[in-house]
This record gives sequence, structure tokens and C-alpha cells, in this order.
Amino acid sequence: MSVPVLSTSGLDKSFGSLVVAKNIEIALPRGVRYALIGPNGAGKTTLINLMTGMLRPDAGRIMLGGEDITALGPEERVRRGLVRTFQINSLFPHLNPLEAVTLAICERERIARTWWRPTSDYRAAVDEAYSVLESLMLGPVCTRETRELAYGQQRLLEIALALATRPKVLLLDEPAAGVPREESAELFTAITSLSQDITVLFIEHDMELVFRLASRIIVMVGGRILLEGTPDEISADPRVREVYLGGATHG
Amino acid sequence: MAVTSPAIAGAHQYLDAQVRWRTIEIVFWLATLLPFVVTPDYLVLASQIAVTALFALSLDLILGYAGIVSLGHAAFFGFGAYTAGLISKWGWGEPLTGLLISGLAAGLLGYLMSFIISRFRHLALIMITLGFGLLLHELANSASGITGGADGLQGVKMWPLFGAFKFDLYGRTAYWYALIVLFLLFLVSRRLINSPFGLSLRGIRENAVRMRAIGAESRSHIRKIYTISAIIAGVAGAILTQTTETVSLGVLDFQRSADILVILILGGAGRLYGGLIGAIIYMIARDWFSGVNPQYWYFPIGVLLIGVVLFLPNGILGGLAQIVNSERGQRCTGWLTAPLPWRRRP
Amino acid sequence: MITSVFGVLFDGFAYGMLLFLLSVGLSVTLGMMNFVNLAHCTFGMIGGYVTVTLMNSWGWPFLATLPVAFVVAALISVVFERTMFRRLYRATDLDQCLLTIGLVFVSVATAAWVYGTIQQPVQLPPYLRGSVQVMGLTLGVYRIFLIVFALVVTGLLVAALEFTRFGAQVRAAVDNQRMARGLGINVDGAFAITFALGSGLAGLGGALAIDIVGLDPSFALAFLVYVLIVVAVGGLGSIGGTFAAAMLLGISDMAGKYYFPAIGSFLIYLVMISLLMWRPAGIFGRRT
Repeated sequence: MSVPVLSTSGLDKSFGSLVVAKNIEIALPRGVRYALIGPNGAGKTTLINLMTGMLRPDAGRIMLGGEDITALGPEERVRRGLVRTFQINSLFPHLNPLEAVTLAICERERIARTWWRPTSDYRAAVDEAYSVLESLMLGPVCTRETRELAYGQQRLLEIALALATRPKVLLLDEPAAGVPREESAELFTAITSLSQDITVLFIEHDMELVFRLASRIIVMVGGRILLEGTPDEISADPRVREVYLGGATHG
Repeated sequence: MAVTSPAIAGAHQYLDAQVRWRTIEIVFWLATLLPFVVTPDYLVLASQIAVTALFALSLDLILGYAGIVSLGHAAFFGFGAYTAGLISKWGWGEPLTGLLISGLAAGLLGYLMSFIISRFRHLALIMITLGFGLLLHELANSASGITGGADGLQGVKMWPLFGAFKFDLYGRTAYWYALIVLFLLFLVSRRLINSPFGLSLRGIRENAVRMRAIGAESRSHIRKIYTISAIIAGVAGAILTQTTETVSLGVLDFQRSADILVILILGGAGRLYGGLIGAIIYMIARDWFSGVNPQYWYFPIGVLLIGVVLFLPNGILGGLAQIVNSERGQRCTGWLTAPLPWRRRP
Repeated sequence: MITSVFGVLFDGFAYGMLLFLLSVGLSVTLGMMNFVNLAHCTFGMIGGYVTVTLMNSWGWPFLATLPVAFVVAALISVVFERTMFRRLYRATDLDQCLLTIGLVFVSVATAAWVYGTIQQPVQLPPYLRGSVQVMGLTLGVYRIFLIVFALVVTGLLVAALEFTRFGAQVRAAVDNQRMARGLGINVDGAFAITFALGSGLAGLGGALAIDIVGLDPSFALAFLVYVLIVVAVGGLGSIGGTFAAAMLLGISDMAGKYYFPAIGSFLIYLVMISLLMWRPAGIFGRRT
């Protein structure tokens, strides 16, 4: 296996006496589709927060493409290609999707510093924003305010915003959270058709989707990584069955 | 150039439409010339309205667009006012260079402050801006050797504008001077909010956390807009000094910071014209009630504030926009009619 | 020189007690609901005017007016809370600021209308006037009374928070509102009661303040700044922090005005801004 795009070593984090991450060691190779599963409170979102810099780890290192990014702020990590989406929609309610995605592209291209030319002059940025939106089936609603979009469309916009930053690694925190099952297909089609250059790690509770989409799976329990493997290995492992069928709550 | 699909063309049209001048805007600016003809006796008041409108515009840029609350914006207004007064007192009475220097001085202060401002939000930000405003007020009060303290700055004398137009008692020169500066800075602000930078400011207002997650340079944006806003506020203060040829400690009052907030909220923040409309209504109303004890004046203002917060959360312009929209039976988008996001917590 | 130092300390301590009574309610309610109530000092002003009216128009003795000042301020605050504040618990800081500044304006104008803009006189009973000599120091009787009174109130407050069921609910709500709700605590109810108690204490503070700082319609605005400083420096929802911050501010304000009359308030503001920048949640704050 080549050098992993994203890796962590010895990542620890606790809030007071509550340990939310303990000795997290992962290594994501390029282009792989990873699923991160585990019961509620296993520390999945915390791990994403640690990797993207929203939380500072107590110990350990985070490497992005061979570069130590542990000390960098979230913005810096995004600019280097480590991007996330949010489990609960975190959008710009009164911007429309076209503006929101154009905004992300302008920030990426550092156009956002210019204040003497209208946004509409930056045709290339707007065209790119539109094509990102179109690829996620948001083209027809691109000038409607975000808060007026259907919930599923808002979930897609979450991903559109992340894609607009041209990520190398994309961390999706329950991309289909709250979307009815019959409507989540669109969402996962979109995820499957992402460029193979992008490494994807997604948190998902629907096991059927996990086994269909992921090429590898990481199982977290109680802030630790229980095991990592291919879908077949995971489904065969008795410990996973224990976690999901015994005692612990099913998310 | 790739072939543009009709759908993309729609997107471009939408963005182009944001920048285009509307008839009502042109009517508004033509109407600002009316006082010369219709109410020539009230040009002094008109010039003060223009100054207040400019000050409100400066607050709108940080509060209405970037969502940065300030309870001490009079600091920059007052700093500009005192700078303009001191330059003149020390022997240089040329208005335009005085205006420029005052604006830059306030901008420098704003730039230094912006490093602090960009690190805080919510209550801490409110407290820090409030404290900073009070601090400057105390400073001006204590340094009476320079500022004249509570007695105000005496001996401000302006030379004629362009060496030809004296600041007359009737406010004729004062009004067109203030109006032209207001219009020019309005043009700059209008250009700014329609730029990618303006888009980023709205992003900060809408969701600062998400801005980090798309790699935005939020802090440097905040520093930039705060500096620009301080420059405009300083220019507004300088015009007040130059047209009245006096500076009182009142330019730095907390009351002034609160008033300008009221004016902006009343008119409707985040829509450029809100502060202008608010300034017109507020200043005319205050002129009507000028004979009344100033303490009583705050009764209607307080009631208005409570009413706006509880019943008209987007100010007068927001309320109008709502009526227009519901009559047309359609949902308009764009800067004029967009509801104000930062008024509600997500 | 030494006596003047102690004199300043003593006066500052008494002044700090006043500030504590005026601020503690705001600190706790801010900690519970994150509601930025800039109208808090209005309740102090109400208490002050209740005492003045009762004494000057009805001939009540000073001490008897104090409970009334407490109750009236508390009752009016409940009316405000029920009709206006509660609609804005989920609104932005700015909206809360604007609404409550509006209330301050209305109350200042109303007070000016009813009582005029002059300072209100109060005639303290003879046993609270004058001064006593303690170890060579001249101490004002009223200030001693103020300190003892405020200390008793503080003791009661701490005991109520620490040892009663209601106190435990309030502490839980300040600590983690969501979790408190999850435990079935009626946070809104607890808040309403705390709010009334806090406003009542402010009313008491306002009544006690008349003899020290005077009373006119600008009270609601003038003291707002001091109260905000105390709350911001002490940390939200922390009684101990509020107490310490009030003492610190009271003493340093007195000392500043005594030793550096030209730049006294300037120093206070400077210290406040520096403290806020260093610890935005207050020196004793737990929230980040």
C-alpha cells in the first residue's frame, strides 16, 4: 500500500473523566471508501472533529499526505484538502445554493479577498459552482434560498459545499441523517459517483448502505477502534455482532 | 469559452440582476436633492441626516452584512470628528485633505481594534465594544489639554471647500458636501457587498462555523471590513466637525452608539438603504421633538426598539419587502427583500 | 496615609457590596438562559424610587421600605419576563440587547417624567447616620450597615443555592441546561423564579444605593456599565465570582477616584477590556 492520504497516530481526547478517543490509529489510502461505524457515543463525530481541527487532541498526531497537520486550524486543513460535512445541516440559510457554493469556490481561489469587482464577473467560479450543483441534482433550485429547500436537498448541499473546496479527503458525518430511506438513494448515488481521487470516510448507521458502499469499514466502540477490515471480515467478526446485537444500543 | 447551457445562463442572469440599479434606487438618490428646492431652510438638518446616514451605513457593513455586533461604534465616529477638529485647530483648515486624514486615522484605529474584534463573538464581543467605546470617551474627557474635555474643542475653523465654497450658516455647502461624500461611499459599499468579499461577509453572518469548514479566511475578512467600516464612520464624524466647526464630547457618547444601532435596526440592517431610511426618519422626528426634554425623547425610541424587535424583526425596509412580496404572491430574492438571517439563532 | 488607605478600602468594600447586590441576579440569569438583560439596573432604579416614594410621600421608615422595594422590583420583573423576555430566549444576543436597551430607555424617560431629572433626597433614620471610631478609623454607620446587610443576603443566597432543592435545580440549569431539562427539571419555571429573585435583589440594591450614589433617572444606564463589568469579569452564573469581581471593582473604583481622579474610570475600563481579552468567560467563568 502506498503512503496513506490521511493518518492518525496515538490520538487521545477526553473531557474531564470522559474518554472520547483513546489511541486512535487509522490510515486511509487514496481513493478508498471507508465507513466508520459504531454505537451512539462511540466517538465517531469526535474523531471527525479531531481530524478536521474542530477539537484539539490531548495527544497524538494527524498526518495529511505526509505533512503533520496536528497544529493547524480547521481552515488550514481545509485548504490542504481535508474537508468535512456536518451531521446536522450547517448551511447558510439565507444564501441560495449558487451563492453558497460560489462562496466556497471564491474562498478556495482566494478571490474572496477582492471587493471592487462584482461576483458575477467571475464567470469561471460561477460556472464551476453551477456544475457542482448540477452534479448533485441541485441545478434547478440553485437560486432558491437554502432554508426553503427540501431537507434532502439541503443534505446534498452539505456535500456540494464540501466538494467546492476540491477535497482530497472527504469526511461525511451521517450524510443521510434524517433523510427517509426511499430518498437517501439519490444521496448515495452521488457519493458513489464521486471522483476516485477523493478518499471518503463516512459515518452511517444503516448497515445495508454501509456494506453496499464501503470498501473498508472501521468499527469504533467507547472511543477506541475495535477493528478495521473489509465488509466481509467485519460482518463475520463475532465482536461486531456482540456490539450491535448484544447490550449496546443500535443507532 | 465553453458553450453556455441555458441553465447556467439563468444562474449568471441571477447574479447580474443583483448588481443592476433599480428604478427606486435612482428615484431615492434624486429625491435627496429635493431639500435644495423644497426645504432650503432645513439644509442644516439635511446635512446632519446625511452624516447620520453615513454613520449608519458604516455600522450596516459590519452588523448587517458580517453580523458583528458593536455597542461602541461611536468610538470611530468620534475619533474621526476629533481628528478633523484638531487638524483644523492646528492650522490646516482644508476640508478634503482633513476628511481624508480623519478617515484614515479612524481606519487605523479600526484596524488595530479589528485584531481583537475578530477573535470574539456574542456577549464578549458586545462587552468589549462597549468597553472600548467608554474607554475612548474617558480618554477624550481626561485629555482635556488636547480635546477641551467636557467643554468641547474650540477654535475649529474650516477653509472654503475647493477654495471657493464657504461653509455657510444655511448649510447649503454643508449639505451638498455631505451628500456627495455619502453618495460616493455608498457606491463603494454597494460595490463591496456585491463582490466575492461581500459574499464571504454574508457567509460569516450566516454561519461562522461553516465558514471555517470551507476553509474561509474569516478573520482576515472581518479585519478588513472592520477597518473599512471604521474609515467610513470616521469620515462621517469628520464631516460633522467640518460642517459645524465644533466638536463636543457627545461624539463619543454611548448614547451615540446606541442611537445609531436604533437607526439601523429601525430602517432594516443588511440592506444598505436601511440605515439611510432610518436616519431620515429618526433625525426628522428628533427635530420635531427638539423642544422636549431629551430624557423624554427616549420614551418613543425605547418603545420603537421594543416594537421592532418583537414585531418587525427586519426593520421598516424588511416589513415593506414582506408586504410587497405577499402582494405579488411571489417570493423575491436578492438584497432588498432577503429576510435577515442573523436575527435568529440557528 | 495608612488611615486613608483603610478608609478607601472600607468605602470600596461597601461600594462593592452594593455592586454585588445589583449584579448577582443578572449573573445567575445570564448563566441559566444566556439572556442578555441590559435592563437589569432598571429594577434597581425601580427599587430606589419605591423607597423614595414610600419615605417622602407616605412617611414610611427607611428599613420598612426595603422589603417593599424588593417585592415591587421582583413583581415588575415577572411582568416583563412573562410578556417580553421569554419570547426572546432563543433570539440572538443582539435582539436581546436591543429589546432590553429599549426597556431601559422607556424606564429612564418614565422616571424623568414622574420624578423629574433631579437627584432624589432621602433622610436616613438617625441610627444609620453619622460615623463611629474603630481602632482610629472613622467608619460611616450606614456603610457598616450596608456591608453587614449585604453579607447576610449573600450568606442566605449561597445557603439557598447549596442546600435547597430549588438551589440544586438552578445550579443544574446553569451548569448544563440541556441535561437539566433531560432530568425533568422545569428550567423555565426555575428561571422565572430566579429572575424575579435576582431583580428583587437589584431593587434592594437600588434602594440601598440612594444614600451612597444618589438616585436620578440615569441610574438605569449609569450602573449598567458597572454591573456588566462585574458580571463579565466574575463569570456567568458564579456567585463567588460575582462577589469577588464586585469587591474588586468597588475597591479599585474607589481607589482610582481617590488617588487618580483624572483617569479613574479610564483605568477601570482598561482593566475590564484586558480581563475580557484574557478570559472571555470571566476570571471565574467555567464556560468557554
